[in-house]
Amino acid sequence: MKIGFFPGCSLEGTAKEYQKSLLKISSLAGIELIEVDDWNCCGATAAHSLNHLLSIALPARILALAELQGFSDLLIPCAACYSRLITARNVILRDDKIKNKILEIIELPFENKVNPINVIEFINKYLSEFIKSNLKFSINQKVACYYGCLLVRPPKVLNVERYEDPQDMESIVKILGGKPINWAYKVECCGAGLSVSRTEIVAKLSAKIIEDAESRGAEAIIVACPMCQSNLDMRRNNIKKFLQRKSILPVLYITQLIGMSLGISEDDLGLKKHFVPVKIKLDETNNKVKEVKLKEEKEVLA
Amino acid sequence: MARIGVFICHCGENIGATVDCEKVAEIASHYPGVVYSIDYKYMCSDPGQNLIKEAIKEKNLTSVIVGACSPRMHEPTFRRVCSESGLNPFLCEMSNLREHCSWVHFKDDVTTEKAAELVRILVEKVKRNKPLYPIKVPVTKTALVLGGGIAGIQAALDIANSGLKVIMVEKNPSIGGHMAQLSETFPTLDCSQCILTPRMVEVAQHPNITLYTYAELEAVDGFIGNFKVKIRKKAKSIDENACTGCGICSEKCPIKKIPDEFNAGLGLRPAIYVPFPQAVPNKPVIDRTRCTYFLKGKCQFCVKSCPANAINLEQEDEIISVDVGAIVVATGFDIKGTDFFPEYGYGAYKDIITGLQFERLASASGPTLGEIRRPSDGKVPEKIVFIACAGSRDPAKGIDYCSKICCMYTAKHAMLYKHKVHNGEAYIFYMDIRAGGKMYEEFVRRAIEEDEVNYIRGRVSKIYEKNGKLIVKGVDTLLNSYPVEIEADMVVLATAIVANSDSEQLAQKLHISYDSYNFFSEAHPKLKPVETNTAGIMLAGACQAPKDIPESVAQASGAAAKVVALFSNDELTREPIIAQVNRTAPPIYSTCVGCFLCQSVCPYLAIEREEIRTRDGKLIKTVAKINPGLCQGCGTCVALCRSKSIDLQGYTNQQIFAEIMAIYNRREEYVRV
Repeated sequence: MKIGFFPGCSLEGTAKEYQKSLLKISSLAGIELIEVDDWNCCGATAAHSLNHLLSIALPARILALAELQGFSDLLIPCAACYSRLITARNVILRDDKIKNKILEIIELPFENKVNPINVIEFINKYLSEFIKSNLKFSINQKVACYYGCLLVRPPKVLNVERYEDPQDMESIVKILGGKPINWAYKVECCGAGLSVSRTEIVAKLSAKIIEDAESRGAEAIIVACPMCQSNLDMRRNNIKKFLQRKSILPVLYITQLIGMSLGISEDDLGLKKHFVPVKIKLDETNNKVKEVKLKEEKEVLA
Repeated sequence: MARIGVFICHCGENIGATVDCEKVAEIASHYPGVVYSIDYKYMCSDPGQNLIKEAIKEKNLTSVIVGACSPRMHEPTFRRVCSESGLNPFLCEMSNLREHCSWVHFKDDVTTEKAAELVRILVEKVKRNKPLYPIKVPVTKTALVLGGGIAGIQAALDIANSGLKVIMVEKNPSIGGHMAQLSETFPTLDCSQCILTPRMVEVAQHPNITLYTYAELEAVDGFIGNFKVKIRKKAKSIDENACTGCGICSEKCPIKKIPDEFNAGLGLRPAIYVPFPQAVPNKPVIDRTRCTYFLKGKCQFCVKSCPANAINLEQEDEIISVDVGAIVVATGFDIKGTDFFPEYGYGAYKDIITGLQFERLASASGPTLGEIRRPSDGKVPEKIVFIACAGSRDPAKGIDYCSKICCMYTAKHAMLYKHKVHNGEAYIFYMDIRAGGKMYEEFVRRAIEEDEVNYIRGRVSKIYEKNGKLIVKGVDTLLNSYPVEIEADMVVLATAIVANSDSEQLAQKLHISYDSYNFFSEAHPKLKPVETNTAGIMLAGACQAPKDIPESVAQASGAAAKVVALFSNDELTREPIIAQVNRTAPPIYSTCVGCFLCQSVCPYLAIEREEIRTRDGKLIKTVAKINPGLCQGCGTCVALCRSKSIDLQGYTNQQIFAEIMAIYNRREEYVRV
């Protein structure tokens, strides 16, 4: 099966391991992710604070290109890109005046044929059956599923029901045998784009997230956003000031966690690319035992 | 020959600013049949009315057209003016130049022209108006009060004390409503039960009041003065005459863990229960949705234990029919639950409660006997955060309107808490403090100044639990939007007041209108606050809009006064806008062919069969006849009549077609040009 894929800049740079692990688990499941030809920057985080029209035109062009290539679903793993594309589609569909202006700018047709999906929706729709039947290792650890802002907000645009307490990532982690914790910071802001300009703010906000996850016994934070991952993982020196101690809580992409359960090698998942070393104990699942038993049963029946 | 007078009202700026009223009057004076035409700033005022009166006399007018506002408000005014001047009131009509013209258009020559056209069309109708005479109908001098909360109780007592009969219907096992659940009342802090329960007893013992508890309105037919009401008495499963109210059945009932509605879910009750010790009537009912016998067919502990043999598990719902002359709707309100709020944990935290639950905690008859203890572990909270406007004034997630009573009861809650837990800390997050009312502002100041309640102006963005505390994150907008974080032991949400979940169905049963929030609509927001658009049905209390106790009581007394005034007449006059089957000279007698299609479509069952006989009793033909008492003038039969034998008085086919032709003729003029 072929699905449209818009990596955005992060997955080519700071979040290379996200792309690597995503492509790996997808290909194992027999799903081919095809990049949108000639894609451009989605405009996050600068465009929408400078020029409204530009902030709609950039993602609109990506949607239009994906439409030209005939995709029905377009996977956007980066939460910021996802938010921009969904918002752009929303604005265009809502306002004919803006739509006409945008069509003039991008010089491409737009008929709203492409459905932008984020990584969690992608996993639930295309991978969950494959994962269930191919688990090699069970996570069997307490983990904190962290959504941040853009996977669930704004709720009216994204149509998310429990936007203050989403459960989608949790249900995936449960399939992997993990134990998602109930915690307070799963949709709080990590500081996002202030990472470079106001690092102290990012450090303060991220410190709170890490502290709450640790205090509730999480062994790892699971994310689906390159910005969240880099803030929580990379800014540990600054975070240290606020926590007044060193934290070694690893921050993984959901795709990496799935890859680990599927038995994919550390290199293929980019697990060595993290600032905080990833140490998660895996239990072998009894899938094999089950298979053997099934075989025996069949033989007996035969 | 018609001698019509046209009176154009400016309605202050409402019409005058957009329409050139003087010009309209000038144009109208040239219409055939119009003998007098004038404009005036306020036609409904005394000088305006005098203009009409004098013109009727001096110009010998045969009919009057007032070009002004909607007829809803002032048609009765102008018809009365005509009637006082000796003109039949139904020869006076209003042309709606405000809603149909000036409010919906910009100032322009075309707007003035449209106004003149509206008048011209009506002139054609009025030429064909005939004098009509009001219909007299008898009045049943019994009132029905729906709802036994404080509003219903007040209305019922006021009517009953005037010597008139009242039937009260309450859907719960006891009357008392929400007020019975309250601890103390603002702004005097007098005990709610102490002032309410004597009135509940008075209702039960009043010789003029018949009380049906655990009963609901089934259907309503008829009209003002003559309603026919069906009431469903739900099966209580006990023989009320035999039951002594000893309470042994409730003690013996093995099902004990049902969340108690009276305690807002904070306490537990058995399946056979009296809602609270002071209930009226103080006799139990069986909750059949929870009773083991009704679910599984076994148990009957209550039957075995009852010393009076009063339990009757075979009892069925009973439907009784009563005739009443007026109805007072006082069905009250509901509140949103804590599960409504995403940012406050979707109702997951036990120690986040509603204001009504706090009332139960603070009440001497509540689950903690008046001690403030938090629901999760029974500890006395050292820090409570109160959040006002939890859902109110929140178009994004909740409701648009202000729930009105929360500012006051939140101040009261904080005060009660401080009085009971002296070293406790109370914080209130608020948007604005709306303390309009006698001694209300003083009450809030007392909470702030004497009881040292911490008022923080700002919203709460999130609440979560950590180490047994509720972390409340908010903002203080008076401190330059400084973020506030409070570790509270308990949080009380002043959740929004909403209409009852079944209010829409009730409104449809009663044929009364309701607003977009499902609150019942009054006939006029300022001048008819207790009446509905359906004559003979009044409103009292929070079923109309959020209200506090004094307001509910005032409105209830107002509704009662309306009912008493209505019942002061032995007969009522009704507008003669009803359908009529024509009668002609013999040998035809009527053009009605007796197909009775009309009978099958009449929603008010107002069409009867009349046999026309010769003097010696020989049947000539059977024709339709309209019962003037039942007909509501909807016109359905007129539209359906195949032989055009039915006409609506005041709106005959001839009149309506004259209006339509007036529009058509004008169009032809344009075509010719």
